[in-house]
Amino acid sequence: MARIVGAVTTSHIPAIGKAIARNLHEDPYWKPFFDGYPPVHRWLEKVRPDVAVIFYNDHGLNFFLDKMPTFAVGAAPEYRNADEGWGIPTLAPVPGDQRLSWHVIERLIGEEFDLTTCQEMLVDHAFTIPMALMWPGTGPWPVRAIPVCINTVQHPLPSAMRCYKLGQAVGRAIESYDEDLRVVVIGTGGLSHQLDGERAGFINKAFDIEFMERLPADPLWAARRSISELIELTGTQGIELLMWLAARGALGGEATTIHANYHIPISNTAAGLMVMERRAA
Amino acid sequence: MSRPRPIPGTTLFDGEQAIKGYALNKMCYSFNSAANREQFKQDEDAYCGRFGLNAQQREAIRRRNVLDLIAAGGNVYYLAKFAGILGLDVQDLGAQQTGMTKDAFKAKLVAAGR
Repeated sequence: MARIVGAVTTSHIPAIGKAIARNLHEDPYWKPFFDGYPPVHRWLEKVRPDVAVIFYNDHGLNFFLDKMPTFAVGAAPEYRNADEGWGIPTLAPVPGDQRLSWHVIERLIGEEFDLTTCQEMLVDHAFTIPMALMWPGTGPWPVRAIPVCINTVQHPLPSAMRCYKLGQAVGRAIESYDEDLRVVVIGTGGLSHQLDGERAGFINKAFDIEFMERLPADPLWAARRSISELIELTGTQGIELLMWLAARGALGGEATTIHANYHIPISNTAAGLMVMERRAA
Repeated sequence: MSRPRPIPGTTLFDGEQAIKGYALNKMCYSFNSAANREQFKQDEDAYCGRFGLNAQQREAIRRRNVLDLIAAGGNVYYLAKFAGILGLDVQDLGAQQTGMTKDAFKAKLVAAGR
């Protein structure tokens, strides 16, 4: 049976892609951010996932307002990145796992999550930057991926509780799969930031730190809050913590933090990183 | 359409904004393509006309004013692609919207980490 080896949650700020391309890992501005990742690399080498299920939000690459799914699951043979309009380097296509995708889709719809299914799906920086952070270098990707896109563009957004429950259902779907696979769940985005309006530049360090401390043992602390309350606390784009809640939901059970990093600012954002594993029963 | 309690300095992109901003957002979405960005640069007004932008939206585009673009229904994710054409980063946008210099805006971000 497939097994979830753990969850990684990370920011996906576009500037990271440019910094990787320019090899700025030791630059004083970037070092406190990039120094968070070698422990993740060592952890990934230890747990050796075959598949990554990635909860992310599209920023107007694959989806426009003409058709905006609340939840969309990839079922493509591979996932390509493309020009997003402001120039970050594109990455090699990431292979998919269509059979596992359809298993997850069937289980989720069976649990009354009414999804959009995508046999073609462009993935933007919210998918590719975490991939590049997890598995740096130019070699072939060591994992197959299943993207799960959650709408953060068009309000009303799905509630935090719904995203958490979607994650829980994804976790159950993976663990009911008949193939012997190791699966890592990744949630991308956040933490607090706001790009638009007179409130641009809003960051809430106190909330972010408490969120990260509580996420392993008490995810409902955040998940029970309304979208407007979360936006007030974290900013209009800080709401991307929905991806963290979905990934935490997929991990299930009692969890424990293996590694964490937090740094302000990267671009306009409080950058967060966590690795969590399920606590042994 | 019901709206939650307002958050100061914040416009949530809800149905009302979606209706108001569709043409503007559709134009900005088209800027994912380098060829479209080039066409816009060659004749901005004709490009705006092709997407049916109203006078308020055209004026906000002409003035490169982010708060006015949001007021005209612009969604930040698509407006970012317009900013890309202009070579503006998110600190430029933040500085413009808050009436700060870029250095002051960056200093404010750094201060948030203390």
